[in-house]
Amino acid sequence: MDFKSISQLKSLLNENKISVKEIAETYIKRIKEKKELNIFIYFNDDKIHEQVKEIERLPNDLTLKGIPIAVKDLFCTKNMPTTAGSKILNNFEPSYESFVTQKLVDQGSIFVGKTNLDEFAMGSATNTSYFGNTINPLSKNDNPLTSGGSSGGSAAAVAADLCLGATGTDTGGSIRQPASFCGVVGIKPTYGLCSRWGIAAFASSLDQAGVFSKNVTDASILLEEIAGHDQRDSTSSNVQIPSYSKNLNPSLDGKVVGIPKEYTVEGTSDEINGVWEDAIKSLEKKGAKIKHISLPHTKYALPTYYIIAPAEASSNLARYDGVKYGFRATDSKSLDDMYELTRSEGFGKEVKRRILIGTYVLSAGYYDAYYLKAQKVRKLIANDFLEVFSDCDLILTPTAPSAAFLLNEKQDDPIKMYLNDVFTVPASLAGIPGISIPYGKDKQGLPLGIQLLSKHYNEQEIFNAAFALEKDYE
Amino acid sequence: MSNLIKGKKHDWETVIGLEIHAQVKSNSKLFSNSSTAFGSKPNSQVSLVDAAMPGMLPVINRYCIEQAVKTGIGLKAKINNYSVFDRKNYFYADLPQGYQISQYKHPIVGEGKVIIDFKDGSSKDIRIVRLHLEQDAGKSLHDQNPTKTYVDLNRSGVALMEIVSEPDIRSADEAGLYISKIRSILMYLDTCDGNMQEGSLRADVNISVRKPGDEYGTRCEIKNLNSIKFIKQAINYEVKRQIEVLEDGGVIEQNTLLFNTSTGKTRPMRSKEEAHDYRYFPDPDLLPLEIDLEDINKLKKTIPELPDDRKKRYVDDYNLSNYDASVLTADKSVSDYFDTVIKSDKKLKESSKIVVNWITSELFSLLNEKNIEINNSPITPENLGRLIKFIKEDIISGKIAKEVLLEMFNTKLNPQKIIEQKGLKQVTDTSEIEIIVDEVLKENQKMVDQYLSGKDKLLGFFVGQSMKKSKGKANPKILNQILKIKLSKKK
Repeated sequence: MDFKSISQLKSLLNENKISVKEIAETYIKRIKEKKELNIFIYFNDDKIHEQVKEIERLPNDLTLKGIPIAVKDLFCTKNMPTTAGSKILNNFEPSYESFVTQKLVDQGSIFVGKTNLDEFAMGSATNTSYFGNTINPLSKNDNPLTSGGSSGGSAAAVAADLCLGATGTDTGGSIRQPASFCGVVGIKPTYGLCSRWGIAAFASSLDQAGVFSKNVTDASILLEEIAGHDQRDSTSSNVQIPSYSKNLNPSLDGKVVGIPKEYTVEGTSDEINGVWEDAIKSLEKKGAKIKHISLPHTKYALPTYYIIAPAEASSNLARYDGVKYGFRATDSKSLDDMYELTRSEGFGKEVKRRILIGTYVLSAGYYDAYYLKAQKVRKLIANDFLEVFSDCDLILTPTAPSAAFLLNEKQDDPIKMYLNDVFTVPASLAGIPGISIPYGKDKQGLPLGIQLLSKHYNEQEIFNAAFALEKDYE
Repeated sequence: MSNLIKGKKHDWETVIGLEIHAQVKSNSKLFSNSSTAFGSKPNSQVSLVDAAMPGMLPVINRYCIEQAVKTGIGLKAKINNYSVFDRKNYFYADLPQGYQISQYKHPIVGEGKVIIDFKDGSSKDIRIVRLHLEQDAGKSLHDQNPTKTYVDLNRSGVALMEIVSEPDIRSADEAGLYISKIRSILMYLDTCDGNMQEGSLRADVNISVRKPGDEYGTRCEIKNLNSIKFIKQAINYEVKRQIEVLEDGGVIEQNTLLFNTSTGKTRPMRSKEEAHDYRYFPDPDLLPLEIDLEDINKLKKTIPELPDDRKKRYVDDYNLSNYDASVLTADKSVSDYFDTVIKSDKKLKESSKIVVNWITSELFSLLNEKNIEINNSPITPENLGRLIKFIKEDIISGKIAKEVLLEMFNTKLNPQKIIEQKGLKQVTDTSEIEIIVDEVLKENQKMVDQYLSGKDKLLGFFVGQSMKKSKGKANPKILNQILKIKLSKKK
């Protein structure tokens, strides 16, 4: 059986045409068949069966009852280990459930497993994980493609039909870019909309949970479930969460969509610029007004991001020291020796690189030149958006400068890899919401994504426009 | 008062600044809801946040903020409407996050001052630079196992106030007075329990010496001293050491030192070159802390009478000396006791000096002997007031009163009952005293003769004998009069 959407599966369940157990078994079978894609770090069918017994007892009107969900392995989960894709947390079993995943549990969803990711969400190709690379399900046999990153496992799980929805986190594009590479919908909501409680931190001022799904409606259903205020996260927003899915409205009459000139960058494929053009035309046809705009500080976004994110990461990852939990190196001769060995062996190359960058930019004598300046530039970038949103409802851009690339393509060139986030990072720095939806394909048949941005807490507007554009490919 | 120290060639002046770490009195920690109770089983008061589990986030405990603001008000300091929590990054086994959340550039409290009082009645202002909030670390236990170190995280995350003074202190004694005064203010405010033995109040001491009038010398910092006695010892040792080094032509190296309480000496912990780069930056998990004027004003209304105000009241209303008043107000419970005694009877106001003496000499010696806090004194302030009133009204003599006080201490009874039971009431009946005097003069005929032949000093002997016969109950004034009259009649 082919399950296309949450609502379709829900009605099958409600009409007793399928049971929670049958759903689980279907997905267990599929996951086992796609094992070679290395999408999951943790998969255990016994754990799924245990959940099924619980879920069967729950009332049918729960929004996500019986819906198979994959969880990025950065979210701490009570019944499954959590690794953050790192050796340093290998076999770590949290005694607690993250805010976001708890909400999904409460609504009766089935967690099919924990998905692969770049180690501590640091990467753009799901190739820095201690647990190996994830292969994009759309790859041709001999040329494995990346599923993007860091939430590559979650995006791939949705693309390969191994779940109907998945959680992700986005710090600089980690939901939107893999969504684009895998041809699925991925939304990063406003910073603070979903609590960070229970998500292993990468860069606290940027980290934001979001979701992947097969279509815009499902994304809106999932987001309204996981959003909400949490007292345990001081940066969590205390705002009313609208019923995005009920309010979905494809009408774009009178909406103003900004097209930023700075998002035409060298190295972006013609096909991507073509898809962008198509989307602009489609929006216009649907009644939107197109406005050419400028976000003048865009070019500083990447360097700013690669100062702030590593700075916060260098401090956030200090807790992984071998003292309390996780991996501890053996044969150390002193406390310092233990730290050194544990962190040298426990962290991978990319994580170490970023800890070093972060330590450097925060150190005495460099703080003002790097971290402080980056904070100032971050404000300018955010102001660019604020200004534009005074007379634009939305901004439309490509999601990434390319389609999914070969897994081994940019391995040894971190700068090249960082450039992948060029279109997604500005919104992360500004804390505004953004979605990536598949919009056409390149000559090789690989999906290409476009990105819609809006002002803080304006997820509804984003969903509406995405919902309208989605219809072009139905 | 000169604090200069005589050197070989010239005098030396000591310059001291203190960083006091005071544990905020609060049931729960600064960023988590775990208990702060002292002396619990290791790691029994550790939340997921305190243990820095992945994905755990700090949440500000508003009560600790209020306590810090109250303390700021008590230190007559500027309360900052905007302050920021920063991360101070370093690795240690008992620092689970790998950073301490503290306040660096924007502390919650700015400049303030405290007054210290000297025996000669003079006083001096010590300026406060700032007060900031920070988390305490856990505790590494090195003595539980020959090859292992254990970590107890009960203290991890407990709120501390770091109170930083300007280098206005000039001697070990001043340092002692300063820390006592801070402790006293905190205890009046109820923002710190002041228990130095349990580590609720500790200090880092910065010391340098200089030729009077010169620029500040290079300073050394002695870390983590937890008693006033040790602070004074450490300062005196360190000052002597620095002067010796300088007089021998050496230079002081800017070191962080530890004080060994058994040898009484300081030793280097780390040099300036080995100092950490803490890489402070604003904690992105916490929003800047904003306190509005209304909140501050609300808290101002909760501030009790503080030692300096009380001292002033004692000087103005009770005519106590500045020093007496400062000694009395140093300990809130002593001062509260005094106030209750005075308030127990209107007539005691004019005897306030006597009340002070009875508390600070007689009562204290009884309490100290049994190691009892004044709060738990078996003699209630009301009963002490009654006793003092009996002395004032000549119902008992001062000497008998001491006897009664001891009995009150042992039995918790009120003084009237003891006086009645033991028949200690002073004899003021002249005829009764006359009989005693007659007997004494009769029994000591020889002495009477000697007195009459000019040995006036023997009057004291007759007083003593008569008093003894009356079992101390005779009113001394009346006794004296009668003796003089009777003896003069014999001339």
